[in-house]
Amino acid sequence: MLTFVVRRLVSAILVMFSISVMVFLIFFATPGVNPAARIAGRSASPQVLAQVSAEFGLNRPLPVRYGLMMWHLFVKQDLTSYVNIGVRVIPQITGAAPVTLSLVLGAAVIWLIVGVLGGLVAAANRGKWIDPLIMFGGIAAVSIPVFWLGQVVGLLTQTKFHSVFRWLPGSGYVSFSQSPGQWALHLLLPWLTLATLYAGVYARVLRAELVNAMNEDYVRTARAKGLSERRILVRHALRCSLISVVSLFGLDFGSLVGGAALLTEVVFGLPGIGMLTDTSLQNLDLPVIMACVMYGAFFIVVASAVVDVLYAVLDPRVRVVK
Amino acid sequence: MASSTTTTSTTTTAKGSESPWRSSLRQLRRNRASMAALGLLMFMVVASLLAPVYAHLVAHVNPFPANVEGTVMLGGKSVPVLQPSSAGFGVTPIGPTWHFSTYFLGADPQGRDVFARLLYGGRISLLISISSAVICCVVAAVLGMAGGYFGGAIDWVVSRVFDIVWAFPVYLLAICLSVILLTSGLNLGFIHIAPGSLILPILIIASVYIPYVGRPVRGIVMTLREREFIQAAVGSGASDWRILRKEIWPNVAPTIMVFFPMMVAFDMLTESALSFLGVGVQPPNATWGTISNDGLQLLYTRPWVSIAPGICIVLTCAALNLLGDGARDAFDPKAKLRGGA
Amino acid sequence: MRDLSVSFATRQGLVRAVDGLNLEVGPGEVVGIVGESGSGKSVAMYSVLGLVRDANASITGSVTFEGSEILGLSDKAMQPLRGGRIGMIFQDPMTALTPVFTVGWQIVEQIRQHTDMTKAQAKDRAIELLAEVGIPDARRRVDSFPHEFSGGMRQRVVIAMALSCNPRLLIADEPTTALDVTTQAQILELMGRLRDTHGSSIVIITHDMGVIAEMADRVTVMYAGRPVESGPETDVVRAPRHPYTWGLLGAVPRLGQRSDRLATIPGNVMSPLDVPEGCAFAPRCEYAMPACERRPVMTGDRHEHACWLSPEQRVAIRASVESRS
Repeated sequence: MLTFVVRRLVSAILVMFSISVMVFLIFFATPGVNPAARIAGRSASPQVLAQVSAEFGLNRPLPVRYGLMMWHLFVKQDLTSYVNIGVRVIPQITGAAPVTLSLVLGAAVIWLIVGVLGGLVAAANRGKWIDPLIMFGGIAAVSIPVFWLGQVVGLLTQTKFHSVFRWLPGSGYVSFSQSPGQWALHLLLPWLTLATLYAGVYARVLRAELVNAMNEDYVRTARAKGLSERRILVRHALRCSLISVVSLFGLDFGSLVGGAALLTEVVFGLPGIGMLTDTSLQNLDLPVIMACVMYGAFFIVVASAVVDVLYAVLDPRVRVVK
Repeated sequence: MASSTTTTSTTTTAKGSESPWRSSLRQLRRNRASMAALGLLMFMVVASLLAPVYAHLVAHVNPFPANVEGTVMLGGKSVPVLQPSSAGFGVTPIGPTWHFSTYFLGADPQGRDVFARLLYGGRISLLISISSAVICCVVAAVLGMAGGYFGGAIDWVVSRVFDIVWAFPVYLLAICLSVILLTSGLNLGFIHIAPGSLILPILIIASVYIPYVGRPVRGIVMTLREREFIQAAVGSGASDWRILRKEIWPNVAPTIMVFFPMMVAFDMLTESALSFLGVGVQPPNATWGTISNDGLQLLYTRPWVSIAPGICIVLTCAALNLLGDGARDAFDPKAKLRGGA
Repeated sequence: MRDLSVSFATRQGLVRAVDGLNLEVGPGEVVGIVGESGSGKSVAMYSVLGLVRDANASITGSVTFEGSEILGLSDKAMQPLRGGRIGMIFQDPMTALTPVFTVGWQIVEQIRQHTDMTKAQAKDRAIELLAEVGIPDARRRVDSFPHEFSGGMRQRVVIAMALSCNPRLLIADEPTTALDVTTQAQILELMGRLRDTHGSSIVIITHDMGVIAEMADRVTVMYAGRPVESGPETDVVRAPRHPYTWGLLGAVPRLGQRSDRLATIPGNVMSPLDVPEGCAFAPRCEYAMPACERRPVMTGDRHEHACWLSPEQRVAIRASVESRS
């Protein structure tokens, strides 16, 4: 058990290290790329370039720069932004995190309910009209670009159906502690937008898993036991199919909290991790990028560890192996 | 034991002569939804290939340079393409005329014909998503097969690369790469790719999805490696290359077939997201994503500029996903896809 | 069971998986159905319980259980029968149990489906059953998951589950095929014992004549979906009349037999699409003759068979075979 935890921990640190090195290399060691040129802007003079280079220490050896950045990020925690000099990076992250968390939590609740119900109803009604209908909805949901859906939803509620949706506030974010009601109202459209894609994915995955499960031998045994079709589907098949849905959910949730909800945040103007990452990327604000990426990687690593544990809880076959 | 599936499979073997490929293709052809999707895709491809025909012969417009001073004949009157905005400052492009030959969907903020741009944008969107899906599938198949077949150090390297790219949210990695490459271009020794080249987004999008295809391929090859017929081929002294080509590849190909349409859809969505963030395709090239992004400032006055390309993306991706579902049912019913991005 | 037929509409044509099967099972009786893989024996039994769930399947004939027709009943009407008055044991114990629930939970689920017992009572009953089928330390093992049991133990669990509601009829579909030889013997012995204590009738499906000889009172031999011979076990095993049964019996390895090779039936079970008009076995039959072009009917009194060979021919053939060995 202890070796398992240690191995997990080592591999987690390894993944985070690799990711940080990779990002660092993308920005500082891509062949033909001059980071100073990117910071200084497209048409900067050589003098400006040299000045930028010197100012940000870009002419020091790569490992030294990497080491310094990590030292300031994790140990001294006083890393500051390139672009807004003097602005600490860590408070930016901690300020953005609750926004992202609010967005992802609410969306996750919606997409889990809609996705699981959709998959279940579709699988239960195989061969009837409702199954292809739900599955077609699923396909549509996974085919819509998130940013576009956000725009269209915003457009419809603000113009055409504004009279109906007058109670909806504009974009922006109100913190939960400020006013729970406004918090939920401001986040309603982002929640629905983000949840659409994932609800589609989950309904499709769950239906496929259920249909496979319903052809298993144990389902035949359950039928021979005299159980009702509904009970077989909901107790036996669903319980087995949920294992893969839960592992999918863990990874999705982790990467979203870590910043993958970037498009939704940008469209709705939510100042979360995704938006922070995007802004810092556009400005090539490497300290902030680094911090955002490490933050994201941390959640992905945590999520995959949590998924492993959940797997063991849900699937007794795994429990023994461990 | 005696379920209908075994019955049908025995009968197909009894008929014998038909290869699994052909029977899968036949099954795919019988799938009505997939065939309708294929029809829609064909239509999209043909329409965008005909873009110059439409622009030159039907609408007589050039959809690339700005057309701020242009006029258009409407109901016998000459109307400027960009009109003073009702708000008093700035200009508003004309809205959809719904006349197929002129400004069918109106003009964009620079006075260019949106419908003509849409057709041209389709070319680039399809080009990028299809080529990056091809590159992604080829590289993933090669890496996955090499890692799964040879094992050892090769496999270690391949799986670590997959792990790291996999642990990275797709959009984040794509944006990182785009931000840095789009301003400087790529210099790899003697290869130089200019910053505005379409090859950059194609390569970026292809590379972020490699683990999505490569991991399942590697898994398949690893299980195949243990199977008797491969062991027999190894035992009989066949060369690695021959085994890979004759024994492994035919078993990997159906999976690639299933992944391919869905990868095209993923790639198209990713491209449009990058373009939306301004780090995708650079002007003068336009894709559905960039056109939609251009229309953003007009969202409330001329929504069609932004909505029409979005509809194109949704329709194309839905058709690709439908086709992918059909391909999965026909080629590889057990294939599992991690959907979404 | 009267004139039961099950056919599947496939793209290549109609497949008659079961064609005109008659079977009668008296109280406390053990009836065996024998045949090679694909001869339709399992499909026949699944259709009795309405477990053939294929949109392309059509089932005709009549199945009477305790005086009432049960074929074509709705799922709802079948539920009290399934697992309640008719228990079923499946071929592969490795996959027959839901992997994510404890065996106790699964037995309790069935008991509570068919009786008014409380959870605690049902659990006690489950422990009792597990002990009865020979699972050591049943009180502790009741909370184990299926994968924690060996194949033989798992089959015992499946049997315990099938017996949990004291079924009048137990259908066992190749209950020993997936098990190793010693476990097979134990499971058969267990089933025999349970038949005596519970007094239920058993239909046992197998391709192994040895199992039949051990267990069955009466036997029906099936080939390509059709019954070819049926009668009391002693008659069929000692004096088989159909060439296919001869083949099956020859294919049973016996200790002490001096033959140094196993007898086999030449050829394979044919594709169910190509079953000939006449006798289904004719293409593989050593003794096929022109009469076999027509389909033989089951004739005989207690010991029925469907073959055109006359009793004299049969005696002659058996005599010649015996003299050869």
